[in-house]
Amino acid sequence: MRRLPLLVPVLWLGLLVAVPLLVVLVLSVSWPAEGVPPFNLPGVAGLNGDSFALVLGDPYYRAAFLKALVVAGATAGLCLLLAFPMALGLVRAAAAWRAPLLLLVLLPFWTGFLPRLGAWIGLLRDEGWINHLLQAWGFIETPLPLLYSWPALFLGMVHAYLPFAVLPLYASLSRLDPVLEEAAADLGAGGFTVFRTITLPLAAPGAAAAFLLVFIPAAGEYVIPELLGPPSAQVVGRVLWQEFFQNRDWPTAAALAVLLLLALLIPIHLFQRLEARS
Amino acid sequence: MRRSLFPRLGLLLGLLFLWLPVLLLAGYAFSDARIPFQWGGFSWRWFVALAGNERLLAAAWLSLRVAASAATLAVVLGGCIGWVLARQGPFRGRPLFGALAGAPLVLPDVVTGLSLLLFFVLLEGATGWPAERGATTILLAHATIGGAYAAVLVQARLATLERELEEAARDLGAGPATTFATITLPLLAPSLVAGWLLAFTLSLDDVVVASFVSGPAGTTLPMVVFSMLRLGLTPEINALAVVILLLALTSAGGALLLLRGVLGRR
Repeated sequence: MRRLPLLVPVLWLGLLVAVPLLVVLVLSVSWPAEGVPPFNLPGVAGLNGDSFALVLGDPYYRAAFLKALVVAGATAGLCLLLAFPMALGLVRAAAAWRAPLLLLVLLPFWTGFLPRLGAWIGLLRDEGWINHLLQAWGFIETPLPLLYSWPALFLGMVHAYLPFAVLPLYASLSRLDPVLEEAAADLGAGGFTVFRTITLPLAAPGAAAAFLLVFIPAAGEYVIPELLGPPSAQVVGRVLWQEFFQNRDWPTAAALAVLLLLALLIPIHLFQRLEARS
Repeated sequence: MRRSLFPRLGLLLGLLFLWLPVLLLAGYAFSDARIPFQWGGFSWRWFVALAGNERLLAAAWLSLRVAASAATLAVVLGGCIGWVLARQGPFRGRPLFGALAGAPLVLPDVVTGLSLLLFFVLLEGATGWPAERGATTILLAHATIGGAYAAVLVQARLATLERELEEAARDLGAGPATTFATITLPLLAPSLVAGWLLAFTLSLDDVVVASFVSGPAGTTLPMVVFSMLRLGLTPEINALAVVILLLALTSAGGALLLLRGVLGRR
């Protein structure tokens, strides 16, 4: 009886987390084949290193990794810039307002990810709201190509991930003792100096957690670049999807997944260490 | 310094950025115009069209069933994982167990989806099951992801829970099962409810993992909406967004009331 709570999750996690990850590893060194499913396991034929050679050697795939990391880094940075004043505003709001305001920050997460992307499509496209207004007011004659661009991609990314950045910052700022800031102010420090020498250093672990909490999922993002980004936004999530669904090259898709995981190991490790400390 | 304007302005602008697109989308759902985001007078017609769209309705029904069962499984699984992490004490393989329990939280969706699909394909080759991918495979995938989130909530609650209450019950003669049912479970209830809602929402929101592990038989609501959005926005999606928004507001409100009720009883 007492073993049951241990047995259920061990079996479940083993079967549905550990084994699938091992399967990806095996598939990445398998042989592509015609047929269903489109691969042959590395058996008598030995391991196949072609997929890794392709993904590591071809500039198209290398660029996909670089773009994904740059997009994730820039998204996390932008989220941090926006989230910091928001978290500060939440902490300093009157106590009665804090819970409803926090709910307002988190609720968009509850309202569906796709409808929110739909909203950006409706705002940004050629016959969309923004172009319509600009034309009605006579600023432009022909619609601006706002949708399917890098700025549209970043708007969507920041909009989707901003609540993830606010939460850890809010948690670390609300643990900060206001007496420290008051003491600094009493000793003659100006508003900015207090912020730079007291608030910012004490909030640094929260800021690092916020950055990583956005960076890690953003690095593998597929949906937002696909719906809002330009055709050139071939990030690794999108490339993996195409290899799997369009090219039906499952070993290459698996090799991309393995390398994406390897690239994320350091940020994931850093994040877990930050979590363990707090 | 304490009354500085900057954080308040930042919060206001941030909330505006988060909410304005959603509110505009919801408002224009009631427009008669054929083009989304243009005003053509008040009309319910897109809600009527939505109610008549059988593909969307079938997908929505499948999604709700999958999400509800996945969330229920996720709470059981997450409850067990959280229990092991908080109460089991040291055992061989505990670091590996912790890593596996946390993996679904940090793995990119494309990796989770691909790994589970490849597993299901190999499993079918070896055992003949699952012969058809669809509701069941999506359910298993979503229960795994939701369970990881529920585990975090349960573990956090168990870690702060006062052992004295359980020990007192045991001292007064209650068996382990009675103690669990009358003391531990009620104290865990808020995190179990929160875990259920979180897993339910994650399931209803997921396109990527579902697309990988599903077959021709299983098309969820997000998969339909995603393929519609790929072709551009239609006023029906505006109407659908309003429905989702209302559902989200009621479920979040309900969760708050429920949590308050559960906590208030003490």
